Amino acid sequence: MSTIAFYILYALCAVSAVSLLFIRNLFKAALLLLVCLLSIAGLYVFLHAEFVAVTQILIYAGGLVVVIIFGIMLTTRMSGVPLRVDNNNVFAGLLASTCLLCVLVIAVREKFDPSKVTDMPATDAVRATGIQLMSSHLLPFEVAGVLLLMALVGAAIVSTSKTPRG
Amino acid sequence: MEVQLLYLGALLFCVGLAIIIIKRSAIMMLIGIELLLNAANLNLVALNKLHPQAIDGQMFALFVIIVAVSETAVGLAIVMFVYRHHQTSVPDQLNELKD
Repeated sequence: MSTIAFYILYALCAVSAVSLLFIRNLFKAALLLLVCLLSIAGLYVFLHAEFVAVTQILIYAGGLVVVIIFGIMLTTRMSGVPLRVDNNNVFAGLLASTCLLCVLVIAVREKFDPSKVTDMPATDAVRATGIQLMSSHLLPFEVAGVLLLMALVGAAIVSTSKTPRG
Repeated sequence: MEVQLLYLGALLFCVGLAIIIIKRSAIMMLIGIELLLNAANLNLVALNKLHPQAIDGQMFALFVIIVAVSETAVGLAIVMFVYRHHQTSVPDQLNELKD
């Protein structure tokens, strides 16, 4: 049962990511990104990373996609016309990404040893995450708080400034 | 199971790269960057299974999520700033510095 759920989420993530390449409507692209991020959150649960899964849903799906949709609505003239996205450099882009995909797949197949994977011990992963966050990872945690404040203030200032620079 | 997730991470990374190169829209490029960062996160969390007693991979994924959110917030603010002054969100049309 859980294997079936795993492969459903897997296929959902892969299909929505690949169809992002072909979709021309910007709003539908944001919704496809939402599907992709939610299925990745489901895959995190299968990897015993519950806290990362919840963070993914809260921050990515709840916050970031909403921000992107706001950005789409504010930067396009909503005149009933579908928001078309044009393509360029199609051959170069597909060539570069296909080559990179081949390199990555070959690297994973050659170097990854699945026998080293052990199932995670049945400890409370969320509890362990909290303890690590407040003990050994305290400095990056605080720095992340300052970084978030800087991003918030910077985004507010950049998006509300009236005069063009220069 | 972890091997398939590594393949999925590779696929997500390549799709994100292709979106950044191909699409002519600043917001679409931000979506591509999100896919890249999610591919990295997926690899971090999947490879964390190699070291079951430590959860450093998950911690790193959390910080990557935080940085990704900051980056997108600032990026969208810049997109809106550019849109207000140039009435476009297509990066190719911002050619004031050319000639």
